[in-house]
Amino acid sequence: MSEVAVPEMMMPPPAMPAAFQVEKPVPGPGMGDFSYVGIDAILEQMRRKAMKQGFELNIMVVGQSGLGKSTLMNTLFKSKVSRKSVQATSQEKIPKTIDIKSVSHDIEEKGVRMKLTVIDTPGFGDQINNENCWQPIMKFINAQYEQYLQEEININRKKRIPDSRVHCCIYFIPPTGHCLRPLDVEFMRRLSKVVNIVPVIAKADTLTLEERDFFKQKIREELRANGIDVYPQKEFDEDAEDRMINDKIREMIPFAVVGSDQEYQVNGRRLLGRKTKWGTIEVENIAHCEFAYLRDLLIRTHMENIKDITSSIHYEVYRVRRLNENNTAIPCPPCPMIPHFPLKPL
Amino acid sequence: GILSLSLPLSLSLCLACCLSLCLSLCLSLSLSLSQEKQYVGFATLPNQVHRKSVKKGFDFTLMVAGESGMGKSTLVNSLFLTDLYKDRKLLNSEERINQTVEIIKHTVDIEEKGVKLKLTIVDTPGFGDAVNNNECWKPITDYIDQQFEQYFRDESGLNRKNIQDNRVHCCLYFIPPFGHGLRPVDVEFMKALHEKVNVVPLIAKADCLTPNEIKKLKDRVREEIERFGIKVYQFPECDSDEDEEFKQLDKELKECCPLAVIGSNTVVETRGQRVRGRLYPWGIVEVENQSHCDFVKLRNMLIRSHMHDLKDVTCDVHYENYRAQCIQDMTSKLTQDNRMESPIPILPLSTPDVETDRLIKMKDEELARMQEMLNKMQQQIHDGKDQ
Repeated sequence: MSEVAVPEMMMPPPAMPAAFQVEKPVPGPGMGDFSYVGIDAILEQMRRKAMKQGFELNIMVVGQSGLGKSTLMNTLFKSKVSRKSVQATSQEKIPKTIDIKSVSHDIEEKGVRMKLTVIDTPGFGDQINNENCWQPIMKFINAQYEQYLQEEININRKKRIPDSRVHCCIYFIPPTGHCLRPLDVEFMRRLSKVVNIVPVIAKADTLTLEERDFFKQKIREELRANGIDVYPQKEFDEDAEDRMINDKIREMIPFAVVGSDQEYQVNGRRLLGRKTKWGTIEVENIAHCEFAYLRDLLIRTHMENIKDITSSIHYEVYRVRRLNENNTAIPCPPCPMIPHFPLKPL
Repeated sequence: GILSLSLPLSLSLCLACCLSLCLSLCLSLSLSLSQEKQYVGFATLPNQVHRKSVKKGFDFTLMVAGESGMGKSTLVNSLFLTDLYKDRKLLNSEERINQTVEIIKHTVDIEEKGVKLKLTIVDTPGFGDAVNNNECWKPITDYIDQQFEQYFRDESGLNRKNIQDNRVHCCLYFIPPFGHGLRPVDVEFMKALHEKVNVVPLIAKADCLTPNEIKKLKDRVREEIERFGIKVYQFPECDSDEDEEFKQLDKELKECCPLAVIGSNTVVETRGQRVRGRLYPWGIVEVENQSHCDFVKLRNMLIRSHMHDLKDVTCDVHYENYRAQCIQDMTSKLTQDNRMESPIPILPLSTPDVETDRLIKMKDEELARMQEMLNKMQQQIHDGKDQ
């Protein structure tokens, strides 16, 4: 893994052991070690349990054919995790309807195991008439919520409900350099209400730095004008510190990314990149493209936050809507105000 | 006496011989002389045409089509070293939701070394940008047909002195480099237009592809063009008397199709020179560097070598097809209308053959017999009534 100069705002997670080096109060004269209870050791217990359990992450990639979605996934996780890795066909054919393809991989790093599911949507936006092409995707996302809900309201629940809910949807914007297309606006407007959307500018090696800045600014303006709330959403910032970090991110989205799964020799080091006649584009070099920022956001700093927002906000919204729709179908505990069994006489 | 007679005879014979000899000699001499005089001098005609055309000037109408953001305007500016789109205002996404495909013409007069060119660029903003792009090429095909129709009318009119030729001579179609080949909208568009205009497909924004990717994409696009039966503009075969260099260039051009192009409105400095290019953190792309992209090939093809052929194919093939179709439609409509008014067919009936004649005679006789029988029956009934 190559080391990249990570900017300040993306603080790497503190090395876990250091967090637990608590300052034990110096025992005063005549005092035993009474003032240290050891509550903070719970963090270590949680960490051990999490390591044993492993993590789950479900990422959906949406965008027209050929924008580098599968390559980007492979680059992000430094292994072949896209649907193309399991698909035998080398010829890319545009499917007539939108296919939703889920591919799961177990990856491990430094003892931490992760079950990563990449959900691909080939066929999105490729037809001549793309009306309602977002519907199959909405249906899929809601189906995952429904599945989780059904598990949750079961009488005999599993200890750990398998989480197939889509935590994050990466939307690939083609690098036209002008503005968002109507299709982009329609899709993001609808889906930002049910899932965390992270828009990225795909194949950004076709934009010069000025064009990139202009394009990003235009996109941000249009997202604001259309009331589209992409991740990190302003309303879910928990405290001032969060807001500060997230504001910095919000000024940078959408990230202009370049993906590659090929290594080249640059200045004596082997780096992931793209080699052209006029130079080599280094994927992890922040002077070239913003892939490193995207990776840090999704994996190194905000992964838990993404999952948290999915389960505590998007899923809850879905659950409330469902419960209100069908009051009788789903078993609900009776209102606690009304006793439904006779009180025993004292 | 006789001797004296024969002498002048022989002399005259001799003279005659001599004369004829002389004559033939003279004739042959004059023949060789006139062979030189047979140089009429029309070999100078091309020069005269040249002089007249230079005086008159040339015109060329180029259409650019493709989705928004493919670099069409930048390429046109790079090709003709102009800035045609100075005052352009790009729509934002809200405005684009209700946008329909428009046709916008920009005209510019360019002069170089005494040769004047009136260049018309036909732009098609809005093509392929909507969510539903069904038949988004219709305004474009309608426009092309309108120009043909206008020319047809002018050509058939009484005053043909100053016919303005607005027919579209070439359509550059920009294929996005992001896909894996042609998309459905690309195929449908080219098929709607390949019999109306010279379609030249280009791979746009080629600076986002590595050399390997460009090769793969070109192969894929060529294969799909053939598979879907799209008739793109074919470069004419080289004449056998062209020089080797020209033949080699022509061969290279044919192998490079579709051309992968990059355009630029900015000038950058590289290797001590100022060139048109794009500045990236990882390097500089030079528009006119043949190892970077096929821009030079496109410019040479479009302007320097094949402009006239493009115009010829438009006039001789596409326009004539339109005209023939138009005339056919008009005559069939005419006969249709006439049939409604009178039952008499316009076309002469073909002479019936012998067999049909015989059958007709037979039927006639049968009819006559039946008529007779009916008459008899009627008579009987009538008689029966009387009794």
